[in-house]
This record gives sequence, C-alpha cells and structure tokens, in this order.
Amino acid sequence: MARYFGRKLLIYALTFFVAVTINWLIPRFMPGDPVRAMVARAGLQTPEGVAAMREYYSSLFGFDVPVWQQYLNFWGGILRGDLGVSLLAFPEPVTSLILGAVPLTLGLLIPAILLSWWAGNKFGAYAARKKVLDNAVLPVWYVLTATPYMWLAILMAWALGKVAGLFPVGRPYSASLVPEWSWLFITDLVSHWFLPFLSLFLVAFGGWAIGMRNMVIYELEADYAHYLSSLGAPPKLVRRYAFRNALLPQITGLALQLGVIVGGAVVTEIVFDYRGLGYLVLEAIKATDFFLLQGIFLFIVIGVLLANFVIDIVYVLVDPRTRAGMGGDR
Amino acid sequence: MTAPEPVSGESGPEVAAVPGVATVRGTGVRREALYFAVRNRKLVGGLAVVVVFLLAGLVGPLLVGDPLAYVGPPAAAPSGEYPLGTTTFGQDVLAQLLHGLRATFLVGTVAALIAGVIGMLVGFTGGYRGGLVDEVLNMITNIVLVLPVLAVLMIIAAYLQVRDVLVQAVIIGLFSWPWVARAIRAQTFSLRAREFVDLARLSGMPVRRIVFREIAPNMASYLFMVFILLFGGSVLFAATLDFIGLGPTDGISLGLMLNHAKQWSAMNLGMWWWFVPPGLAITAIVGAMYVMNVGLDEVFNPKLRET
Repeated sequence: MARYFGRKLLIYALTFFVAVTINWLIPRFMPGDPVRAMVARAGLQTPEGVAAMREYYSSLFGFDVPVWQQYLNFWGGILRGDLGVSLLAFPEPVTSLILGAVPLTLGLLIPAILLSWWAGNKFGAYAARKKVLDNAVLPVWYVLTATPYMWLAILMAWALGKVAGLFPVGRPYSASLVPEWSWLFITDLVSHWFLPFLSLFLVAFGGWAIGMRNMVIYELEADYAHYLSSLGAPPKLVRRYAFRNALLPQITGLALQLGVIVGGAVVTEIVFDYRGLGYLVLEAIKATDFFLLQGIFLFIVIGVLLANFVIDIVYVLVDPRTRAGMGGDR
Repeated sequence: MTAPEPVSGESGPEVAAVPGVATVRGTGVRREALYFAVRNRKLVGGLAVVVVFLLAGLVGPLLVGDPLAYVGPPAAAPSGEYPLGTTTFGQDVLAQLLHGLRATFLVGTVAALIAGVIGMLVGFTGGYRGGLVDEVLNMITNIVLVLPVLAVLMIIAAYLQVRDVLVQAVIIGLFSWPWVARAIRAQTFSLRAREFVDLARLSGMPVRRIVFREIAPNMASYLFMVFILLFGGSVLFAATLDFIGLGPTDGISLGLMLNHAKQWSAMNLGMWWWFVPPGLAITAIVGAMYVMNVGLDEVFNPKLRET
C-alpha cells in the first residue's frame, strides 16, 4: 500500500512540476513578446507611460536575470504563495482574489459532483434492469452528455430564469443584500445557487448513469453472477454484487472526469455571472490579466490533484485488492 | 429519417469496412460487419444526422454571405429573408451557423486525428515494448491524464495572439490523448501474449509489422470508436474555449456565437434564435456520434447484437 501511495504521490508531484513549468514556459517561449503585447493592449498614449509600463512588466516577469534564475525565482514565488499582483483589481495580490472566489466555486462544484455521481450511479443501475425505462430514458442521457455545459446553462437561465421567472439569474446573491447569517440572505443565496447547480448536475448525471448502466449489464453477464444465481441466490443479492463491482471503474472515472467538470463549472459560472473562479477567468481574459489567469490555472491544478488524491484514498478503502498490494497502477 | 437512408446505406459499409481493411481474412469479416451495419438503426440514424450537418458545413458556407458582415436589420426574429434571424448588429445567424459548423468539423477531425495518432503510438510502444520504455511512457501518460486539460488550454490559448481554428485543434489534440494511450496499452499488453503474435515474432517479422499487421487489426473496431469519442470530446472542448473568449481570433465558430450571444445579453433580450441554434447543432452532432458509437459497438460485438 505504501508503494501504491508512493507511486501516486510521485505522479502528482511530477504533474505539479509540469504544470508550474508550463506556466513559466508559455509567456517566455510563445511567439511574440508578451510584454509588448500587454503594453500595446493597455492602449497608453504617451511614450513615457509605455516605457514605464515596459519596465514594470519586465521586472515582474524577471526578464533581467539569467533564464535558470528566472525559473528558480518563479518557483520561489509559488512556494511562498506569491502569484503576483493582479492587473484587474490593481494593488490586490492574485492569491487573495482567488481565495475570495474559491468558496463560491466549491459550493457549486462539490454538491454537483457528489450528488450527480451518487444519483447517476443509482439510476444507471436501476435502469439496467428495467428494459422499458432503459429504452425510454437512455436517449435522453445521451443527449445530456453531448450537451455543452454552457448551452444547457444558457437554456436554463433563459427558460427557467427569464421566461418562467422561477429563479433569479446572475450574481451569487442579490445586489441589494450584504452577506450575513440571516434567513433572507440564505434563501436568496440558495435561490441564486440552484440553477447553476442544476445545470452542472444534469450534464454530469447523464454520463454517470450511462456508465453505470453499461457496467452493471456487463457485470450481470459475468461468470460470478451466473454462478451466484445458479446457486439460488436471490436476484437482489446478485445485483448488489454487480453494483459494487461496477462502482470501482466509476470511482476511477470520477478522478478522470474532474478536470472536465471543473471546466464545466467555469463556463457555467460565466453564464450565470456567478462570482467564482469561472467569472474571474472571464474577467482575466477580457482584461488580459495574465498573472491572474496563471494563478487560477495553478489553483485548478492543485485542486484537481488534491481531489485525485482523495479519490485514491477512497479507492483503497473500497477495493481490498489495492490494500493487498495487487492493484499496481490503478 | 427516410430520405437520408440511401446515403448512409452507401457510406455505412465504407465506414464499417475501414477498420477491417488490414485484416488478412478481411472480406468475410467485412461482409459480416457490413451486413449488420446497414441494419443497425442506431448506426444508420446517427450517421444520417452527422452527414446532414457535415454537408451543411461543407456546402452551406458557399451559399451564404460573410458571417460577420452587418447585412440585415438589427435583432430581427426569424423571418423569410433571415431564416434564423439576425444578431444585435444585424449579422445573419444562419450564415454564422453554417460557417461555424465547418469550424466544428475541422476542430473535431484534426484534434481527434492528432490525439488518436499520439495515443496509438504511445499505447502500442508502451504495451508492446514493456520494461523501462513502458514505465516512462506510462508516467508521461499519467501526468497528462491528471492535468486539467481545459486549464492548460486556457493558459496556452490566452498567450497566443493569433488563433485560428487549426491552431486550436492542434493544441486540443496535443492534450487529449492520454486515455487513448492507456486503453490501447492495456489491450496491446494482453494481445502481445497470444500465440499468433509469438508466431509472427518467431518468423522474424519486424516489430512495426507485428504491431500494425497482427495487433492493430484486432482492435480496429475499438480504434475507430476511439476516434469518434475523441471527435465528440474535442468539439465540446473547442466550444468551451470559444465560449470563455479564447476562440479563433478570425472567423466564427459555434462556441464563439454562444460567446457573443452571452456578451450582448441575448438571454435577457429574449433573442432565443441567437443562442439556441449553435448549441443545438453541437448537441446534435456530438449526440449523434455517441449514438453511432453504441451502434458500432453492436455491429462489432456479437454479444450486444440481439436488440
């Protein structure tokens, strides 16, 4: 087991290293001069302003020292938690901007991921043994998994928010309220949260349901299932065994899908003007605030790696084979 | 669904036959696959939808004008003259949609090809060679696998000053191969130990020939389905990038249409004709591809055929 975790941690450490290196490499080795591009986009009129801005950016990137030292400095900054200063909200450091936005994003993501996974698996397993239900609902799930996150979000914002007027659209809470522990504020927060959550939930739900359905059908055809039922085991017991076995690939699938779901959350937030990380991404791109964008990138990478590690631990807890040291590189 | 039947009937066998080309006793297998392919409603139906959109994307742009030109009245609802209405600036939504379809197919195809080729190379090499080569390749695969692709693409695209659809396709392709490599590696691993591969090795066949003539044909159907899944995934990725404002800097795409619609608050203004068609087109294409995949699975896997 120590070997299993050691291997996993090595991969995560290497991934983090690669991510940081990408983050460092791209502004330096992309065609074109990022400093000039940023200065040009700022649209300054006076030559003194341009020169000052050039100077500022060059020192920010640390272009005045040798390349290897630039790289080490970059790492030093990251380890100190210093991701630079945002241009968007000027003297504010990138780290504090991101930390301010993260709770909203997590509040959206965690319930959506966990609930869709749980409900999708339950429903998929149920659909696998109800032929009628299976035939009727399967196409709907296929449509849902093929739907781009933002489009479903746009449709829901338009249909349920604007046309039907059931839920407010835009911002995490009404502009007239201040965050506080009052009934009014909390209901307002929840009603703003519901639509973005639902749209994330629905797209992910379809994928889990299809995956689980296919896995359960496959498992019910396996030898052990036939053997069990020929021994006279009640179908319910056989199905429970099949479900448990089918759950394992779904856990691995969750780890693989994390990046996609986070991406989905980013665009969903943009649609609903929900002021989390996604909204910050959009603002950073609009204002060409590269430091902020890079900071968010690192944050997403760290988040996904941490979540992967949690899933690894869960995997060990539910799959005895990994505990016996047989599950190599699962 | 009656009209496109002959079209797909003709291209159906061609599609199904491609993977079988390299097999030695191919004709029998191919004829069998063809027999079931033409009779599979999921495959034929999905293919029909994809072909209709493909034709619209190929021929359509020739029939309409410049998608970005301000031609009509601003924010007009669909009418005889502008079947899908116009944007806030009087751009023809239909023209944008047709040009966008072309970009979508281009991104999907190019990205899927790149990712497919890298995935196959890494998977075959790792799975067949084993040992240290496999260890290293597996490590790289795992690293790219846990890296959140969208975040990486976001960073790269943001720094590119000129982005066109092709560049976007390349960067998507370069980061979406890991699961392909993993799956192919696992299959190669199990095929490598079979007698017919041993026999080929004993007869002194070069490695490249063993991989491509003995091993690859055995997962040809799987490789073909991988391509479809990669296509669907790439289209969705491209749409996401476009939507957050990192799409092509020149031209139009379906994701970019959604971006514009959101930016100019089409939802609040109730201009549904602006944001419904592009998303619907993406969903229809990707969904049809997934349904096709299920159909193909039934064609290639006799166990699933009974339905």
